[in-house]
Amino acid sequence: MSPPLVTLENIQVHFTVNRRLLRAVENVSLEIAEGETLALVGESGSGKSTLGNVVAGLQRPTSGTMRFRGKAIDKAVRKETHKAIQIVFQDPFGALDPRMPVSAIIAEPLRIGGIGTPAERQARAAELVGQVGLPRDALNRYPHEFSGGQRQRIAIARALAPAPTLIVADEPLSALDVSIQSQVLNLFRALQEAAVQRGAGLAYLFISHDLAVVNHLADRVAVLYLGRLVEVAPRAELFDTPSHPYTQALLQAVPRIGKRRSRGVAIRGEMPSPLNPPPGCVFHPRCPKVQDICRTTPPQLESAPGRPAQLAACHFKE
Amino acid sequence: MSATTTDRAVSPWTLRWRRFRNHRTGLASLFVLFLLLVFVLAASPVAHYLGVDPYETDLLSQYSPPSAQHPLGTDDAGRDELIRLMLGGQISLLVGLLATGVGSVIGLFIGVVAGYFGGRTDALLMRFTDGMIALPLLPLLIVLGALDLTKLGFSSEFAHSSAAGFWRVVIIIALVDWTSIARLTRAATMALRDRDYVRSARASGGGAGYVMRTHILPNVATPLIVAVTLTVGRVILFESVLSFLGFGIVVPTPSWGNMLNNAQELVTTAPALAIYPGLLIFITVIAVNFLGDGLQHAFDPRSER
Repeated sequence: MSPPLVTLENIQVHFTVNRRLLRAVENVSLEIAEGETLALVGESGSGKSTLGNVVAGLQRPTSGTMRFRGKAIDKAVRKETHKAIQIVFQDPFGALDPRMPVSAIIAEPLRIGGIGTPAERQARAAELVGQVGLPRDALNRYPHEFSGGQRQRIAIARALAPAPTLIVADEPLSALDVSIQSQVLNLFRALQEAAVQRGAGLAYLFISHDLAVVNHLADRVAVLYLGRLVEVAPRAELFDTPSHPYTQALLQAVPRIGKRRSRGVAIRGEMPSPLNPPPGCVFHPRCPKVQDICRTTPPQLESAPGRPAQLAACHFKE
Repeated sequence: MSATTTDRAVSPWTLRWRRFRNHRTGLASLFVLFLLLVFVLAASPVAHYLGVDPYETDLLSQYSPPSAQHPLGTDDAGRDELIRLMLGGQISLLVGLLATGVGSVIGLFIGVVAGYFGGRTDALLMRFTDGMIALPLLPLLIVLGALDLTKLGFSSEFAHSSAAGFWRVVIIIALVDWTSIARLTRAATMALRDRDYVRSARASGGGAGYVMRTHILPNVATPLIVAVTLTVGRVILFESVLSFLGFGIVVPTPSWGNMLNNAQELVTTAPALAIYPGLLIFITVIAVNFLGDGLQHAFDPRSER
């Protein structure tokens, strides 16, 4: 079996904030397979963007290894990932250089990588403009002339330029209107299908807090809480039979039309500060199932009973 | 603009030039600066044609009114005013542009590096800048002006030539006049370095040099161009201060600055002698400022209407 596209092994990211240690990501091990959409969900401050930055090469992990197709990241592999891994950000207004015409923005990864001649890069930009559903005359225009949804399409076209195998999408829909969200979401899916038809494969690390979007797009879902993975499972399993109480609570919290919210299960309070994480299981102060063991012993990420593909970090997983 | 709606990609510089062309005062300023350049470069042909020597004093024809031989009359030493304005312009424009250019490059470099890397680099460079600002200007100028160039290994022939005086002025001004540009650039750079477009360039493998060149510099251009164009005018006047203090460009070599200074004491007897260089400095400063305005327009895609 060929190695997964990206492997994260015990990734830790720590920051020093006012001389105190902030543990943004703690011991996260994950795999992203070729062509797969892995959704990363969690509340704000759960470390999901930091983890996305690690994968995109924007954040050096404090410890742990990231592998690309089985190879640990060194200088040569880094060169490869600069082309193979691209990133799309949340805010379509900050993601595009206001001084650059769209053609230059889209061709930028090619220019940096020294791929092709200027004429070839321009041709590729023109091709991509069509592929992401922008008007052909977009090339010579500037970002300020476009709406939020169109700008996000430009950002996606830019990410697609070097024919990447993985796009890290950091909340790419959150800043868009709901009607635009579905269009851009469908674009993400269409691009993945187009890549499959070319025989190339395009994986997404899709960072989101919108479970409805995740349900629509993801193959697998990883739930992050206070920088730790609490549950990793195929989409259907996670949505049908959530194993971790936090995941259960998250799913409970999704508002649904025609369904009265059941009381009592929803979690209370806020996520504790990553500057001062609670001992034992980090979720225990908010957990409805909390027992003595949770206050002292951190649980391991292990298969849920009877479902080997579904991993959860809980002493009382279902 | 109809030309931008083609689906063929046009280079950013072409688009910038198009926007500059649409900026009427900017274009006019470029023309005015070109005329000024022709005016100052015409010094020796015109001197030859009129048959006058701009350095020859003739105390019998002091303050003579405009005539065929002296179209703008003569100054307090009987020298032809027009030719001296042309020659002085060569010095003043060159000092203005060179000193501003060198100073801006220093300031831009220090500002971008400090702002982009932050942390210790930033602290070091900015304390150095603060130190530079805190130095009292006048004693510093006097020390720099009194520096004996022969001790620095230059030949005594060069040290006493007018070229040495010229370069001394350029270097002195550049060394003291970069601080405001550095601070401005640093602040603007810090606001830009964590933008998502900078981060996506880094994710694609763009190094610090690439990011500074392609993303930081064009985006700090707007506040910077204004500061730089204002500097040009200031530098031309600064040169006259240096000349007044007795180093740099000293008479008989003319510059607009020292001509203006010289005319101060004659303002009641020969006001025209103050008006001519003053007017030329004024025109230059205005033209450079409007040129800056036009450049700003050219660099800002949002200005296109």
